[in-house]
Amino acid sequence: MSLQEQQSRWDPGDDVIAVQRGPNPGGAGGAYRAFGETLRGLKTTFARLVEGPKTIQYPEEKTPVFPRFRGRHRLHRFEDSGLEKCVGCSLCAAACPADCIRVVAAENTPDNRVSAGERYAAVYEINLSRCIFCGYCQVACPFDAITMGHDYEMSDYNRSDLIFTKEMLLAEPLERTPLRTPEDIGR
Amino acid sequence: MTPALSAAPFAEVGYFEPWWIQILKSLVLFFVVFNLVPLALLGERKLLGRLQHRYGPNRVGPYGSLQAMADIGKLVFKEQFRPRTSIGWLFSLAPVIAMVCAVATMAVIPFSDTVDIFGTQVGLYGIDTDIGILYAFAFGGIAFYGLMLGGWASGSKYSFLGAMRAAAQLISYEVSQGLALVGVIMMAGTLSLTEIVEYQQNTLWFIIPQFVGFLIFLVSGFAETNRAPFDLAEADAELIGGYNTEYGGGRFAAFFAAEYLNMVVVSGLTVTLFLGGWNIPFWNDAPTFLDPIVVIVKMLGFLLFFIWVRGTLPRLRYDQLMSFGWKVLLPLATLNALVTAIIVVAVNES
Repeated sequence: MSLQEQQSRWDPGDDVIAVQRGPNPGGAGGAYRAFGETLRGLKTTFARLVEGPKTIQYPEEKTPVFPRFRGRHRLHRFEDSGLEKCVGCSLCAAACPADCIRVVAAENTPDNRVSAGERYAAVYEINLSRCIFCGYCQVACPFDAITMGHDYEMSDYNRSDLIFTKEMLLAEPLERTPLRTPEDIGR
Repeated sequence: MTPALSAAPFAEVGYFEPWWIQILKSLVLFFVVFNLVPLALLGERKLLGRLQHRYGPNRVGPYGSLQAMADIGKLVFKEQFRPRTSIGWLFSLAPVIAMVCAVATMAVIPFSDTVDIFGTQVGLYGIDTDIGILYAFAFGGIAFYGLMLGGWASGSKYSFLGAMRAAAQLISYEVSQGLALVGVIMMAGTLSLTEIVEYQQNTLWFIIPQFVGFLIFLVSGFAETNRAPFDLAEADAELIGGYNTEYGGGRFAAFFAAEYLNMVVVSGLTVTLFLGGWNIPFWNDAPTFLDPIVVIVKMLGFLLFFIWVRGTLPRLRYDQLMSFGWKVLLPLATLNALVTAIIVVAVNES
């Protein structure tokens, strides 16, 4: 079978959409069609005007995030005893691909009991200017001590201000980000 | 309509007011028209935003209403910069020419007929000359010197290219714009804008018998004001800013204001020539104080239409622009003038 025959036998069926061509340029007919197309364009833009703006006025109005949105990290305490969940095992630091977590562990003593385990994190720092928000630290943590929060407004004036210490991560964050409701998600 | 005080050889100018009224009314006219510029600026940005699913400026003042003023203030207080390659005095003169021409054209647009204000007869227009339309066209022609000199005196290739484009475009479209009006002039039998409005008051608005002329005039008006889709002279994407690339601060503001003033002027001319000026349909004995309001409302409608078109149509290619002007608009305008002439003669003969 020759190529020509193959091409003539090939039936594209419904896959092919008829191409809408623009008006042919030039001549009175072209001008007339261009006039019609102009009116169509005006109608299209006017419809956008009627629909109204879709902009979200960002600082006042925020896009709701999904529940599993990976924002800024949070460290957690046990709700009943108030002890830190983190035991300073450094698994998060080991899992971190960006190498932005620094943990220095120290022993819990009976009169200075910080965490529920044997040891606690004396230093726990996350360099958020390096963090890629992959969430591996959250996965690696055996005690669910570190999770990713919903906060994404973290810009600052100095790089050094982006190194978050343990106290900052433990502090109950201001929930500045709206969460998506089930209706939002279902939409 | 107005008694000429002296037998002028070329044009009769209906001066019958005392000199202080003339100064006063030109000040008021200037004030009103100049305030339409920030309004058009703001309206453009807001409406353009709405046409694109955006809000437009809404930070400065309530609903962004002071945005235009903030922009103008910022421009005016900027340093007056001049490129080393520029030709100094021409560089400074060009925005002035653009501005003066735009304002001067406004003088012939009538907002109402003569009205009685505190016992004084005042015509609500700058001047009412016998050659109103010619006057408007003359200043439109001079206005192009503003762009041309501005582009040339900048000593920059982008400015020069923009200026050349503007020159070619203005010349091409001024021809068809003028021819489109010939029909109107023949039907009304006068060049005076107030008399044309009065003619429309007595008969029909020219938009109905002269619809083709109206369309041609409108399209040429877009080209004359360098507005999208005919903004080849600026063509941000290709020429940076066209003839005003090298301008900044107050001079740029003057060019910008002149552009918007031109928009106002073309809207005013269209309203006067085709939409019956201060007439309200089916209400011939409307109170006189409504007249300027009617004119301004119609003008605002046209300004909105200008913005709407800008939000809709993409910029033409340069050859498309030229072939559209010369091959479509000009023959159509000529045909319109011919047909109108035949009909006018036939009606007058019978």
